[in-house]
Amino acid sequence: MMQTSPRSDSLRHIVVLFLTLMLFWVMLVDSLVPDRLAIGAVVSLGIALFYRDGLSFFTEFRVTPSAFVAGVRYYALFFRKLAESNLRLAAIIVSPDLPVRPGIVKIRTQLKSRMGRLMLANSITLTPGTLTVEVSGEWLYVHCVTVDSTDVMRATEEIAADFERYLEVMYG
Amino acid sequence: MGGLIDIVGALLLLAGTTFLLLGGLGMVRMPDTYNRIQAGTKATTLGTLLSLVGVGFLHPEWSLKLLLIGVFLLFTNPLSSQVLARAAHRTRVRKSPTNVVDRLAEDLGEEP
Repeated sequence: MMQTSPRSDSLRHIVVLFLTLMLFWVMLVDSLVPDRLAIGAVVSLGIALFYRDGLSFFTEFRVTPSAFVAGVRYYALFFRKLAESNLRLAAIIVSPDLPVRPGIVKIRTQLKSRMGRLMLANSITLTPGTLTVEVSGEWLYVHCVTVDSTDVMRATEEIAADFERYLEVMYG
Repeated sequence: MGGLIDIVGALLLLAGTTFLLLGGLGMVRMPDTYNRIQAGTKATTLGTLLSLVGVGFLHPEWSLKLLLIGVFLLFTNPLSSQVLARAAHRTRVRKSPTNVVDRLAEDLGEEP
């Protein structure tokens, strides 16, 4: 990522958040009439200034071609995993003996950025039989419907490695 | 002809609602809070997304708003599940007897 001063970083964040909110507003009202745009702009600016330290979709996103490619591949992987997780969970739910072996395991993430960690935690929650319970620095505590491995290294490999590979490039 | 598109839309809606039904069934069948949250999160996310795509086929003019609903869903659903699970763990909600390990409780120095 480019070296930037905290001040310009904060300004960049406000602009990014403002544009994201405006995009949502335009999609929601479905019109480009000036007075509606003006209302959206005022409210978006207010929120962007108020939540200047919050996160938005593109916070900390690296604006490079490789990050973009990683983003596309990340979403492809994400939707495949989402479908897979639903089918697997559905299979568990409808089987008469309910084959669960639940537990909370601990994994360690390599990701440094806040948004990267948030995306990882969310991705884990939406993928096969895993649910992030607590995030504490680089440690993620993950509830699994079927625990395969309680070892930190192996659990990390099984649960997080696929997503981390792309998120590393996208957010660092 | 809208016939084929209507059928595809209806089938997607049916698939979506089937996942929602399974999610509801999972809520009843799963042994403890955490597993219920799991059933709730995953089935409802895919179920709702499929329903939204189905509605998109039936009413293409709503596509933009449906996309927006989908994006919100993808970002808020896992977050709320996560916060629910964390709250459950902090208030020491009873875990299923089949629970095999709890690293979080171990690290906090609680009885697992």
